[in-house]
Amino acid sequence: MQDLTPRHFLAAFILLLFATAPSAAQLAIRGELVYTMAGDPISDGVVVIRDGRIAAVGPASDVAIPDGFEVREAVVVTPGLVDAHSTVGFSGILNSEADQDQLETSDPIQPELRGIDAYNAREPLVAWVRSLGVTTVHTGHGPGALISGQTIVVKTAGETLAEALVDSTAMLAMTLGPRVEGNFDSPGTRAKGVAMLRDAFVKAQDYREGLQSDEEDDRPKRDLKLETLARVLDGDVPAMITAHRATEIMAALRLAEEFGFSLVLDGGAEAYLLLDQIREAGVPVIVHPTMMRTSGDAENAAFTTAAALHEAGIPFAFQSGFEGYVPKTRVVLFEAALASAYGLGRQAALAAATIESARLLGVDARVGSLEVGKDADMALYDGDPFEYTSRVCTVVIDGVVVSEECR
Amino acid sequence: MRYPTLARLAAMAFALSLSAPASAQPTAFRGAEIIPISGPAIANGVLVIDDGRIVAVGSESDVSIPGDAQTIDVSGKVIMPGLVDTHSHVGRVEGGDRSAPLHPGVRTLDAIDVRHSSVNRARAGGITTANIMSGSGHLLSGQTTYVKLRDGGTLEELLICENPLTDVCGGMKMANGTNSISSNAPFPGTRAKSAALVRQLFLDAQAYRQEIADADDDENEMPDRDLAKEALVEVLEGRRIVQFHTHRHDDILTVLRLKDEFGFRVVLHHVSEGWKVADEIAAAGVPCSIIVIDSPGGKEEAVDLRYDTGAVLEHAGVDVAYHTDDYITDSRLFLRSAAFGVRAGMSREKALEAVTLAGARMLGLQDRVGSLEVGKDADFVILSGDPLSIYTKVDQTWVEGRMVFDLSDPEDAAFANGGYGVYDDGALYHDHGGPN
Repeated sequence: MQDLTPRHFLAAFILLLFATAPSAAQLAIRGELVYTMAGDPISDGVVVIRDGRIAAVGPASDVAIPDGFEVREAVVVTPGLVDAHSTVGFSGILNSEADQDQLETSDPIQPELRGIDAYNAREPLVAWVRSLGVTTVHTGHGPGALISGQTIVVKTAGETLAEALVDSTAMLAMTLGPRVEGNFDSPGTRAKGVAMLRDAFVKAQDYREGLQSDEEDDRPKRDLKLETLARVLDGDVPAMITAHRATEIMAALRLAEEFGFSLVLDGGAEAYLLLDQIREAGVPVIVHPTMMRTSGDAENAAFTTAAALHEAGIPFAFQSGFEGYVPKTRVVLFEAALASAYGLGRQAALAAATIESARLLGVDARVGSLEVGKDADMALYDGDPFEYTSRVCTVVIDGVVVSEECR
Repeated sequence: MRYPTLARLAAMAFALSLSAPASAQPTAFRGAEIIPISGPAIANGVLVIDDGRIVAVGSESDVSIPGDAQTIDVSGKVIMPGLVDTHSHVGRVEGGDRSAPLHPGVRTLDAIDVRHSSVNRARAGGITTANIMSGSGHLLSGQTTYVKLRDGGTLEELLICENPLTDVCGGMKMANGTNSISSNAPFPGTRAKSAALVRQLFLDAQAYRQEIADADDDENEMPDRDLAKEALVEVLEGRRIVQFHTHRHDDILTVLRLKDEFGFRVVLHHVSEGWKVADEIAAAGVPCSIIVIDSPGGKEEAVDLRYDTGAVLEHAGVDVAYHTDDYITDSRLFLRSAAFGVRAGMSREKALEAVTLAGARMLGLQDRVGSLEVGKDADFVILSGDPLSIYTKVDQTWVEGRMVFDLSDPEDAAFANGGYGVYDDGALYHDHGGPN
């Protein structure tokens, strides 16, 4: 970049005056402790951002901050948090019929419902979790149907889907257990629910086979439902199955084995009973929010499950989940923090809310750690990020400060 | 309370031997940082208890430990008063049914399951005094019950009052806003209707009270007994405190308006938009028991909920307490509330008071509980560290000189952590009415 002259400064000043977007100045972050999640934490670390990407990261003694850069300082810096499963932007703050789009109850199996057709980027709860350090969220259709629909991965910035979108078809949201039965006449039992799913996947197998036919007349008409399920069978889209009881977790593993799809276990209140099976199946777990209430099929939930998964070597990530009442969204920072205090430890807890979460979602090429070339997404805190009394004071997404009120 | 296993019985026996009242010796806890709440924290403190009461509290250098006292070394720990939860639904508590929006004659004390695992959740959280109440799905869902979380198998063993037939054993749970509104008659369909029903209720109670006064002890002139009106007269006379669930700023002002008209003693509960009307609340001299919820919304009246309600109210001069509203939030994590208060600008002192003495005041129990002072009940918690730290655990919970929770006991640890079969004795019960 050429040397800056006073004319450049004037032009930049005028540009800034008229800029409607948040500060477009080049940004550098300095933290007393910087957790890169790609190596040891750095004392007195610096992150230099250019064009929305991380250009340099290292100790202040090694990484110079270029002239003219705006510097934001913090006690602790982490990668922006990656919430592995939420319903923000779909399940709205008012909790009224008008703003609840995470579950459609006309049919228990609706894989064709796309997340991109329903995400509200300006939903207040998106901004809420953003202010608490969440920069990437896997959100979309929620629990409560055998297949409620598709999910997406978005940045928590952006006023439109297009501005926020990271992955348009992340996973297929599925649920096993009594939460489904409460929403539909049928399935009315857990066995019926699994049977209905098996029927659907068998039909999708037939559909997929039919598409291979050489005879055009033999090929099936385009069917959005079956097309989506075929993508799951192809391994293109993982099936995220919400299951809490050991019985339901095993049913999920059984389905994945029969149909060969890629399974992500969501919730897993009783996962600590099935650590060997889950690990052998190579299934990652989006562990339920630590503070999820122990009622219904989650009554056997423990604060220590994340620690158990970690000890068993099972890949897992934290989520804020879905709440039907208050709090309308949980906050993944708090859920990870509490797990850290219940046997998991800070390092593993932070990883499961950043890089491990990004890996599980398949977006780790872009987010989850502070490495050169990755998106400049960061959370800045005035103390230990997990301590109750510490606050998130600045949040950066794609190199832009999107939140700067300490909360 | 779970039926004790042999190990638990042994642990209880040991605990009892440490703390059995009456004939037993005093017990001195030495070496901890003591947070009395009623005064500044004491670095190297001593707490001496005897016969269920606090007999001495102060620094190592100031307190003379009785010669016959047994000593427990709690170096490195923090001792503070047992927590006071002004708003809890543990014990599968029930209040009025859906037959009417007002149930002043219904007593929650007739329907609290003290053996339910949720009660252990409260002990694990360091709670020693709780106001167990019915829900907000009614304008008035019933009489609440003040309990100590003693080990006990019957409600009577946990009651704070002596005799429900002669004493006031709790408060009166009321609510306005969305939860108590319903499109199903006889429930009110609007806010104005809600207020009108409540006003008529209190007018009838005032008339009843007048009839009793006019009868002048003449049995022939006395009105027939009316359980509902009797309880309302207790409210009118200030002997029974109203705990009023209210969220939106205008609903809060409606409560203050009703209080002005009928003169009852009231505590505002939840107060999500209290930050909008803090000055009005302060001017009315009404205390607030609030709650930490992780995010706003869930219903229209909580859309403007903020973390700093406690700080705003504190600065306006309003008495502030926190509560769990278990199981809306988890009793095991009650200390989190104080920490969040500080996170959002409350002073440390007021935040810690908000989970102890302030709540005691709002239940009229401040002479007995809420602080570590000579003469008060020996209700305290032994913490592994600073009460505001997420890494701190409740190690022990003591009620009236008896240990009721011990984290080193595997059965109690299960209540603290959760797990298989720990909380499997019943679904979430909380009638929060409304459209949800």
